[in-house]
Amino acid sequence: MNTTLAKMHVGQTGEISGFHESNRTVENLLQMGLTEGSAIEILRLAPSGDPIECRVSGYSLSMRKADAELVIVTI
Amino acid sequence: MDFGTEKTALDAKIVTTIGNPNTGKSTLFNRLTGLRQQVSNFPGVTVEYAKGRLALEEFDLQIIDVPGTYSLTAQSPDEIVAVDVLQGAVPEIPLPDAVIIVIDSTNLRRNLFLCTQVLEAGIPAVIALNMTDSLPALGIEINYPTLEEILGIPLIPVSASTGDGIADLKTAVVNTLRKPTPNRDLAICPDIDKAIEQLLSLFAKHQVSSIEMRRAFIDKDGLADERLTGRLGEPYSQLRDELRSRLGKGRSISAIEARDRYSWINAALKKVQSVQDPNKNKAVEILDRVLNQPLIGSLIFVLTMGAVFQAVFAWASPLIELINLGVAALSQASSDYLGDGLISSFVSNGFISGVGSVIVFLPQILILFIFIIILEDTGYMSRAAFLMDRVMRGMGLSGQAFIPMLSSFACAVPGIMGTRIMADRHDRLATILAAPFMTCSARLPVYSLLIGTFIPNTHIFGGFIYLQGLTLLFLYLLGIVGGGITALIVSLLFWKREKSTFLLEMPPYRLPKLSNVAIKLYGRAVVFLKRAGTIIFSVAVLVWVLASFPMGNGTKTEMPPSISQSYLGQMSKAVHPLFAPLGWDWKVTAAVIASFPAREVVIAALATIYAVDLSSDGKATPLSEKIKNAMHENGTKVYTIPMVLGLLVFYALCLQCMATVAVIRKETETWRWPIISWVYMTALGYGGAFLVYQVGTAMA
Repeated sequence: MNTTLAKMHVGQTGEISGFHESNRTVENLLQMGLTEGSAIEILRLAPSGDPIECRVSGYSLSMRKADAELVIVTI
Repeated sequence: MDFGTEKTALDAKIVTTIGNPNTGKSTLFNRLTGLRQQVSNFPGVTVEYAKGRLALEEFDLQIIDVPGTYSLTAQSPDEIVAVDVLQGAVPEIPLPDAVIIVIDSTNLRRNLFLCTQVLEAGIPAVIALNMTDSLPALGIEINYPTLEEILGIPLIPVSASTGDGIADLKTAVVNTLRKPTPNRDLAICPDIDKAIEQLLSLFAKHQVSSIEMRRAFIDKDGLADERLTGRLGEPYSQLRDELRSRLGKGRSISAIEARDRYSWINAALKKVQSVQDPNKNKAVEILDRVLNQPLIGSLIFVLTMGAVFQAVFAWASPLIELINLGVAALSQASSDYLGDGLISSFVSNGFISGVGSVIVFLPQILILFIFIIILEDTGYMSRAAFLMDRVMRGMGLSGQAFIPMLSSFACAVPGIMGTRIMADRHDRLATILAAPFMTCSARLPVYSLLIGTFIPNTHIFGGFIYLQGLTLLFLYLLGIVGGGITALIVSLLFWKREKSTFLLEMPPYRLPKLSNVAIKLYGRAVVFLKRAGTIIFSVAVLVWVLASFPMGNGTKTEMPPSISQSYLGQMSKAVHPLFAPLGWDWKVTAAVIASFPAREVVIAALATIYAVDLSSDGKATPLSEKIKNAMHENGTKVYTIPMVLGLLVFYALCLQCMATVAVIRKETETWRWPIISWVYMTALGYGGAFLVYQVGTAMA
């Protein structure tokens, strides 16, 4: 089942399967190792629910929900 | 024996260290160079780098530490500097003879991204595979010989924090310098390689380096691309666009490069890395969970920041008092020794108090720096930015603006310099313009003199809150709100070709190393003293000159004139009508004008004005007594409560700091922003003081 990174809940894992757009943010995410086929896990949310922190490619990365909305994840 | 010739016989070489942020790169750099380093600015751009020396066998190495970066994308200033260093395009820094690529071995995949990009620059390289001591606990095993074989360059496992492997690294660097071998063609993106060769051969006579052409081709509209378009013109942009569309078929080349590179890395990692279930460190895991539990996490954040401020103010104040006492004693001693006269007055009132007004800032700034460095080195600063992102977004900023803002509570100068980590240009500008509103340590002496003298120390709300403390809190909030609104205005004005993003690595918690903290602290203190110290000192001397000349025609020709006849007095009497609506007399005006280049000078200026003024009683009464009794010519008190509150608001909002103006000029690379900032803040200060005085007086 496909969803976006922003819609996942804490502790959930999945595999990146693509991106909703092709823009500079997505290019940056690709360079940071968020490529198709990589496993990704939501570690925690900030107290207001945004930004989120996830574990990908062996390290922790935080990003805003608006950007996480671009990442398609298969769970 | 002749050491001189032995020294000159050393072969001078340039070596750069490059790597991702949070790889222990600066720790390794400190290991290699110790204190033989200095922090400088890359000419033309606002990126700082550290430079150090190391004598190694027959070589005299100059080691250049390039800012940490994730990729050579050449979009942010940090990235373009990395590219420029690798192609020898930075003035004063020749093309490096070798590169040390620092890799965090616990995060091999993402680190190899930059590593393979750097290898394509064609400079002889050595890999320092750092943090190998943490691998067993994480269940990671790396086959070093195979990885070395795949990358085709020497790979040295090291631990920068313990010093293991540093000797081997030095040997590898020496061997590479003695016998440079060209880097192997890794054939990561063959199609892109071909397109770049085509571009290079067409513009062969323009001497474009292959790394610059590569970055320009890959990063559409990046800085390298803009520069080459400017240099090579239409023929370049035509062929480039054609190749891009043929290769990309609608997709961006940068995305293709990233995907190709990571699939190459994935294939390589299959051969060299195996990951078992990590032996999780129970203590760290529990700590992490507690610190990140939303409620406890926020509470700990507030407590941490509270502790930082408590330390900055409580611990610094005895030191500040000590420095003030020492300066006063020294100034008294020199005036006793030198007697009356111009030279004596210059030494004690100009020179010594000038030096004093610089070093009096050091306690607060050093203590704040210690905390910031420790918070950075432990990895907590990234968590703080994570927690604060939502709040900062309310002002149109991102979480990354939090660190510069925090620094600005000690001094806006390091705060504004700290905005360099921010990639987004408009976020950075908004932060730079908001930073001078934060209550810096130079405002505190003004606040404490005026609040301590004029605000009654009564308890309100059942004795829990002091009126004095409440006033101080109000001034802090005024600064924060002023800065927030300013940032909001800037981000609304530049709304927003590109939305700002917040993409931040959360490094694992690490224990900071004392020697590392000390070296960083030393570096930052030196930069602060150079940047702010020279200006503050010159201002103090200038104020003395303006207050001491022209010389009086009295019996003692060498005596300074009475303050009202000095240049300072004449100037302030001329402009005084402008400030009369704020309730100021010409003496207050003189002190405020004297403090425009550096606001803390107002204390010294007031002291000079009330002490030097012969029409006052001339007895040694403390400054607070003197200003309490100051009268207008019509016999009413100068320092009424509305006037004092207005003066406080003026100091809270006004940009009275030449060092800040200079640093804004340097960081924005134009005079436009410092001028706008100065006019805007001065107008706000004047308007605020006017409003408070007029309304307050009408109500009283």
